[in-house]
Amino acid sequence: MTDGSAEGALGAFAELFGLAAPEPEEDRPEPSRRGLFRRLRESIASSQSQAISPQLAGIYQSKMVTDELWDDLEEALIMADCGMAATTDIVDALREQAAEGRITSGESLGNALTAEITRRLAPESPRIALGDGPTVILVVGVNGSGKTTTIGKLANRLTELGQKVVIGAGDTFRAAAVEQLSVWADRAGVDIVKQGQGADPGAVAFDAVAAGQARGADVVIIDTAGRLQTQHNLMEELRKVHGVTGKAMDGAPHHVLLVIDSTTGQNGLSQAQLFSEAVPVSGLVLTKFDGVARGGIVLAIERELGIPVTLMGVGEGIDDLQPFDAQAFAEAIFSPASGGNA
Amino acid sequence: MFDALTDKLQGVFSGLKGRGKLTEADIDKAMRAIRLSLLEADVSLPVVKQLTTAIKERATGDEVMSSITPDQQVVKIVNEELTRLMGGTNVSLAMSPTPPTVILMAGLQGSGKTTHTAKLARMLAAEGRAPLMVACDVRRPAAMEQLAVLGEQIDVPVHREDGATDPVKVAKDGIAAAKRTGRDVVLVDTAGRLSIDAEMMDELVAIRKAVKPTSVILVVDAMTGQTAVDVAVAFQDAVQFDGVILSKLDGDARGGAALWVRAVTGKPILFVGTGEKVDALEAFHPDRMASRILGMGDVLSLIEKAQQNVDADDAKRIEEKMRGGNLTLDDFLDQLRQVRKMGPIGQLMGMIPGLGQQSKMKDVEIDERRIDRVEAIISSMTLSERARPDIINGSRRRRIAEGSGTTVQEVNQLLAQFKQMQKLMKRMGKGGLPSMLGA
Repeated sequence: MTDGSAEGALGAFAELFGLAAPEPEEDRPEPSRRGLFRRLRESIASSQSQAISPQLAGIYQSKMVTDELWDDLEEALIMADCGMAATTDIVDALREQAAEGRITSGESLGNALTAEITRRLAPESPRIALGDGPTVILVVGVNGSGKTTTIGKLANRLTELGQKVVIGAGDTFRAAAVEQLSVWADRAGVDIVKQGQGADPGAVAFDAVAAGQARGADVVIIDTAGRLQTQHNLMEELRKVHGVTGKAMDGAPHHVLLVIDSTTGQNGLSQAQLFSEAVPVSGLVLTKFDGVARGGIVLAIERELGIPVTLMGVGEGIDDLQPFDAQAFAEAIFSPASGGNA
Repeated sequence: MFDALTDKLQGVFSGLKGRGKLTEADIDKAMRAIRLSLLEADVSLPVVKQLTTAIKERATGDEVMSSITPDQQVVKIVNEELTRLMGGTNVSLAMSPTPPTVILMAGLQGSGKTTHTAKLARMLAAEGRAPLMVACDVRRPAAMEQLAVLGEQIDVPVHREDGATDPVKVAKDGIAAAKRTGRDVVLVDTAGRLSIDAEMMDELVAIRKAVKPTSVILVVDAMTGQTAVDVAVAFQDAVQFDGVILSKLDGDARGGAALWVRAVTGKPILFVGTGEKVDALEAFHPDRMASRILGMGDVLSLIEKAQQNVDADDAKRIEEKMRGGNLTLDDFLDQLRQVRKMGPIGQLMGMIPGLGQQSKMKDVEIDERRIDRVEAIISSMTLSERARPDIINGSRRRRIAEGSGTTVQEVNQLLAQFKQMQKLMKRMGKGGLPSMLGA
């Protein structure tokens, strides 16, 4: 990746956090969104997986809107893990447009599809507003979704934007989770508050917020252990961590981010539902969005719960976490270039 | 674990019940519902099409249409087709005739490779083998550390090279170390990788070539959606895995992958991961899984668990005491611990036919922590108190509450419940109380 798009990415982060944009570079070739979009397209084009391709290629090549085309569309949405309910909603909405004569060819159907998905996912640009005093962000999710890595990258970006960050190592369950986060904290050059494995995660969260206040931090990010949403006791523990954070500082945590793996199927809806019952989830982080995974589950979650996607991770590099861009997302999954013509 | 799918299918079949003969329209309606529930269970779309076509063909045949109980016939057909799709019978892990057996673990990031490497090592050690784990994930920060900590927990040695950057070398060294120290199974943990990351896939191929594994195991997250098929196929093309571990099947993941892995890749699911603890790993039985999906319970697995964990003589002794109404708090504690050894109580209930589906039972949250407290309370009693709970007066209750970190109210509650239970057993003693553990 070029330096230029990395700079652009920083600008996008500044927008996400409502901060002043970094000094503009002289020859920034393109804004970040395009940079990310291009990388996604490249990644998808190079992907050996062409699961959705037959359907998509069929849609874009068709001169007329036939019954078969609607079936293809339905299948493409299901293959993207959008779920039956969201799929039916989207197909119905497009059928309505077709009935009004606004969709007359496969190509116009394809364009209407990406527009429809963009509209559903992004009523407005994603925001993680920072307030006075430390803004506390609690990061939650199932095992292996990518919480720790996301926190590492987020801390790095905030530091680049001149923010003082403290990380709370609240995953006291998984072996070596604290060590993993410490490595990320070192890389980002931020403070980390930690205790040993098996320590009370609530105490770590409390200490992290207190340390953030004492050291004049702008942002405190708290990691939590991965937990399946059906583990009642662990969800209760999460509720407690949330409560303790509020005791350490009024109004904290200000944001609760739920991290969801892009490869997740319909179980993702259950994750969003049950995590939301335990803690007030304010935004989603869609990780590992790499070209094979389509991440359509966020459409199902948006439909049921209205939780916006705030961040999207496309790979393991430090630059691979980006503010969510609905249009880039929709085009990456459903535009003809990803449809197997590559 | 398959509750949602089971519910849907039962909804379909209860709609068919009591209708007498089925029309083709009835069958079509049932097939649509089956298609939908399979898709919602994240079964791959092409597999869903194949499955519903096969089921429909048989369901419209004579065996169903002319049956007096067509709904049961359809259940039977679906059960058989699901079992067939999953590969029929259980396949066990291959062991090399000339040790060490080498097992290479592969998968996407976050699928659970490291955890399941340890679970598998623990299982093999319990079977009397001498495993060695090799930490080849040189990418993820602290991944080697994680395997080392897990190795300590399960008392299995770990070969690691701090600061290493070449996983091929670490893997080779690990195998040499196993030969030197007489370990007969080597489990090689690798970094998570995307199936489209050519460089990383090449690395995996290089490790494979270097260690010549007896088996390559792909770890697949049960929560994966439609892309799971692509991932499995890509790994199959690159490294030719021999079997699959389906991880995180203990949540409410519909586990659609359980249905298609065999059909799509030709390779069996060997094990399923059913919890966070290192002993939460089970052999995969297609027929039992199909029964579970259809809500027919999984009595076989339950009995196996009981056999593995419950001492038969103990069970008999306790049964006799129960019949006589002489159960002490000590016996009660014993029994509680025996049952808990079999796994989380909520999970056990899902295996009992009928219980998993009763919506009432499903809403009952078994709070393991409450059982912990009961254990703590009894453990804080003296032996004579456990034998004769009647002697536990107010000051003893305060001491027990303090000793167990609970409250006097909780101690009172437990003692009252225990008294009631004793009364009940005395009354039922002659009538023959069905013993749970004697079975």
